[in-house]
Amino acid sequence: MAEALIKFTDVSFSYSADSPQEFEALTGINLEIEAGEFVAVLGHNGSGKSTLAKHINALLVPTAGNVVVAGIDTRDFDRVWEIRQNVGMVFQNPDNQLVATTVEEDVAFGPENLGIPTPEIHRRVDEALELVGMNEFRLRSPHQLSGGQKQRVAIAGMIAMRPRCIVLDEPTAMLDPVGRQEVMDTVLKLNRQEGITIVLITHAMEEAILADRIVVMEEGRVVLTGVPRAVFSQVETLTQLRLDVPQVTALANRLRQRGYDQIPNNILTIEEMVNVLCQLE
Amino acid sequence: MPIRVEGLSYIYNAGQPMEKLALNNVSLAIEDGEFIGLIGHTGSGKSTLVQHLNGLLKPTKGRIYLDGVDIHSKEITLRSVRQQVGMVFQYPEYQLFGETVFEDVAFGPKNMGVPEHQLAERVEWALNLVGLDIGLKDRSPFELSGGQKRKVAIAGVIAMQPRILILDEPTAGLDPKGRDEVLSLVSRLHQEEKTTIILVSHSMEDIARLATRLVVMANGEIVLEGTPEAVFQHADYLERIGLGVPQMKKLLQALQEQGFDVHPDHYTIEAAEGEIVKILETK
Repeated sequence: MAEALIKFTDVSFSYSADSPQEFEALTGINLEIEAGEFVAVLGHNGSGKSTLAKHINALLVPTAGNVVVAGIDTRDFDRVWEIRQNVGMVFQNPDNQLVATTVEEDVAFGPENLGIPTPEIHRRVDEALELVGMNEFRLRSPHQLSGGQKQRVAIAGMIAMRPRCIVLDEPTAMLDPVGRQEVMDTVLKLNRQEGITIVLITHAMEEAILADRIVVMEEGRVVLTGVPRAVFSQVETLTQLRLDVPQVTALANRLRQRGYDQIPNNILTIEEMVNVLCQLE
Repeated sequence: MPIRVEGLSYIYNAGQPMEKLALNNVSLAIEDGEFIGLIGHTGSGKSTLVQHLNGLLKPTKGRIYLDGVDIHSKEITLRSVRQQVGMVFQYPEYQLFGETVFEDVAFGPKNMGVPEHQLAERVEWALNLVGLDIGLKDRSPFELSGGQKRKVAIAGVIAMQPRILILDEPTAGLDPKGRDEVLSLVSRLHQEEKTTIILVSHSMEDIARLATRLVVMANGEIVLEGTPEAVFQHADYLERIGLGVPQMKKLLQALQEQGFDVHPDHYTIEAAEGEIVKILETK
């Protein structure tokens, strides 16, 4: 089997290690993410999700164990830029990530820093803006854009670096429903059409059910992993972890508790619930 | 009639090339003890409207009355208006400034003239209400978690004991646990303290559960108003103006389209469960 794109082996990480404030944020993480996979990471605040994400592009390196990305150990300081070119990060706040005075300059910022020749930068900027659907805004100033548009520009800035993986840390948390939809449509397109590996940290269950696999974190450990249908069938466990389940999944669970066993415990969408009810004799 | 908005229009950058009509002839009355859910997509005018209610923005046209008094008249000071109409902004934790939690929460009441010897009691009351341990009062607010910081910021507004509390997207960016805590706090204020609540939110599920009346805005106007049942009947329209509809409402609608005998006007899990049990019992 080919080597996984991202591989965590017995990874632990402490903030302020060896000081009185030492705090272990990750404990014994083993996780492999294959090239082309779409993985959603769930967990409440303080569960270690963001700390995990920052290990993928070497913003943080493990206190113990190791993280290998595209064959490079993240502790290999000389190759850290190679890792960051392979793994782009998009953060929660759309206002903190754009640096230039126009959209196209912003998208060009990454490739310029990689020392890519100008004609090639133009080509990449065109391609990236097209992919996120922001071509017509290329001469605008980023501050004139909506939240969803800003996040798409931030994503385009990553795409222009031609990464193999994009890590998104709650990219829709500050957006309205329209903005959320725009960002999620873009993320799905990158994954399905361009084959880019996606690691999406989110609290929104309607986003998590789109993933190939879900990883649930609690107190710095991976406590649950599997396809969305398997993970969400464990309504009690998720509720104990103070996480949401899709409302329709919660409804199926309540009906089963009343003794209606003909309702499956792994319903994720409205259509599935309607189908189940239509097929009952 | 505690709050009455009459013919309110507001233009940003009036007379300039970037001029924008943000509110267009909006009228609205809010009774004591109501829980209003104010919804609308980004740019619909929600935030502009609520910023008028405590005098942060001055109408380009129209008037705002608090208990029958025009808030921009000489009969009332804006200071008094802002004490009665409290406002929790988006991401209020960015506005924390005190060296301690106590100092931050005490700032509002102190400025209002609450005597020094009553401040401690007032701060304790507010922290208790938002569900923060009183032991945190000497800590720096900047050392707290995101959810705790937001509660400190809300406590600072509640400590002024406003009769009417406006919250602009108070759960944005919180995790499900933090969101539930903030919403149950708002619900407690409404039920136990009888505070009139105006909650601005994108989450139809949250709003549907809590609000007694919904006000829907689009393009600077109020386009729908009524009980959650009444407003959610216009599901197609809501989706057209960029808003969602609670998932349970969509489920019941889909079942009705398939010929099931269900009442499609429910929007909570509990009510949907009742409707589906009716179907299952006939099988």
